[in-house]
Amino acid sequence: MSESISSESICLIIGASHAGVNAAFALRKEGWTGSIQLYDADPLLPYHRPPLSKAYLSGGDEIEKHLLKSAQSYEKEQIDLHLGAKVSAIDPKEKKITLANGRSQVYDKLVMATGARAFIPPIPGIEKTTHLFTMRTAEDSIQIRKALDQHEQKRVLIIGGGYIGLETAASLRKLGAEVTVLEREERLLARVTAPELSQFFQALHQSNEVQILTGKNVVAAKTTPSHTEIICADGSRYIADIIVVGVGIRVNTELAAEADLVIENGIRVDSAARTSDQDIYAIGDCTLHYNPHYKRFIRLECVQNAVDQAKIAAAAICGKEATYDSIPWFWSDQYDVKLQITGLSTGYQEALVRKEEGEAVRFSIWYFREDELLAVDAINHARAYMLGMKFLKTGQKIDKTKLLDPKVELKPANILQQ
Amino acid sequence: MAKITFITKDQETIVAEADSGSVMELAVAHNVKGIDADCGGVCSCATCHVHVAADYMDKLEAAGEIEKDMLEFADNASDFSRLSCQMKITEAMDGMVLNVAN
Ligand SMILES: Cc1cc2nc3c(=O)[nH]c(=O)nc-3n(C[C@H](O)[C@H](O)[C@H](O)COP(=O)(O)OP(=O)(O)OC[C@H]3O[C@@H](n4cnc5c(N)ncnc54)[C@H](O)[C@@H]3O)c2cc1C
Ligand code: FES
Repeated sequence: MSESISSESICLIIGASHAGVNAAFALRKEGWTGSIQLYDADPLLPYHRPPLSKAYLSGGDEIEKHLLKSAQSYEKEQIDLHLGAKVSAIDPKEKKITLANGRSQVYDKLVMATGARAFIPPIPGIEKTTHLFTMRTAEDSIQIRKALDQHEQKRVLIIGGGYIGLETAASLRKLGAEVTVLEREERLLARVTAPELSQFFQALHQSNEVQILTGKNVVAAKTTPSHTEIICADGSRYIADIIVVGVGIRVNTELAAEADLVIENGIRVDSAARTSDQDIYAIGDCTLHYNPHYKRFIRLECVQNAVDQAKIAAAAICGKEATYDSIPWFWSDQYDVKLQITGLSTGYQEALVRKEEGEAVRFSIWYFREDELLAVDAINHARAYMLGMKFLKTGQKIDKTKLLDPKVELKPANILQQ
Repeated sequence: MAKITFITKDQETIVAEADSGSVMELAVAHNVKGIDADCGGVCSCATCHVHVAADYMDKLEAAGEIEKDMLEFADNASDFSRLSCQMKITEAMDGMVLNVAN
């Protein structure tokens, strides 16, 4: 070990969501005997974010069903959880933070797990509407449900046809809303998947009576006490009782910037999740980090990255060798369809679609750059997903002809190049 | 009410009881190490993987297609593997012993 951990050492973590909470528990596992202090502005016990647009929105469960850890787990591991506590400044020279309530706290090691917030585009008139919602926190999800209950017609307009927008559409449809999705690009999920998958989701939503409109650039919003009108660049107009904006996020880097940490589209970290300050680490959605499989710097918005980086940072803080080299994975649940993604398809040259025989909707898209597998998107097809992840890890080469033949069972021995 | 025993990789034994919810939720409520449940229980991560004691295997509802496929290529998978988020707690599970797989 490079440094000794004393029981007086303090590891302070800003942000108690997927990244921050996992870091706290991983620190104990790695042998941190000092104090662990977790701060989050959100007043609720830390919860899973993915259900907010899925089961939590459509099912009306209590948030207790979606907690990351039980309240007693924090006590048992002696993790001090400070909720409803916003950190307003970091002083890296004095090694202390200041809270919005004026209190300050020193640290030995600091972990930034500040994640991201929903982005509201500067559309004229949008700031005046009282019917506008984002989808990032449990409170957002609760408020959308409440608004839905208040409107008899339940006309919902979702701006943005990305995963969060589409999941929200599916969940609100289940709750009986009349849903329209406005997407600026010419197809859904344009920047993240092959056209085949965009078409699949468009058809899926349409068959569930969600109206999907692409090529719709929203340019203005007009609000009356009862509803809002959204105006697009092509002159089309849409009326809604509830508007959900799902056009992306902004990374929470302000604290890091004021502390003079290096920032480039996220807080820049090395392979052990360390920032440009020796004693400050950063993990999760807020980081720009190097991915050795894809040989480039990336910023990811997924649970996998938050959890895996948290474990690396915890090990490094405890003086162990740790290098982040995970293969990313992600999922999305809409209606009764499960999409699972492994790898990163950006920069692909070829997207091969493997359709399984039989009646059930079950297929996978395999993204290649020449012979190199980059990613797999699997629809109701965990086998393709798990195999894809395996091949990405080992770098084994795939026989594309066999892969495309649904008569050839999807097994490593069958589809790997001999 | 079903009383379920979890044995973690570092041989910690945790006994917990419930009459509803999933086995994964019970494990998370009792801080069972190795049940990370990163996907929150939607059969997408395999971080809730357990090995079921042989005599309880046939008391469980069979695994669905997605769960089976997730398990086939999961680390430490065996014939007794299940994803605990897909196991709904029933009376029949009373007395069951589960070894956490990771
Ligand atoms: C609706 C929705 C659905 C999603 N679905 C999926 C999915 O299906 N699969 C998947 O892999 N990923 C999904 N994601 C993405 C996933 O939730 C994120 O990648 C993950 O939450 C990132 O965790 P994080 O801890 O890095 O950041 P965040 O979850 O953004 O948490 C950051 C935390 O820091 C706190 N914070 C920030 N600044 C301060 C401050 N100054 N003081 C105190 N606290 C502060 C915030 O309150 C917040 O709680 C989804 C996200 C959303 C919003
Ligand atoms: S919790 Fe993710 S598969 Fe069970």
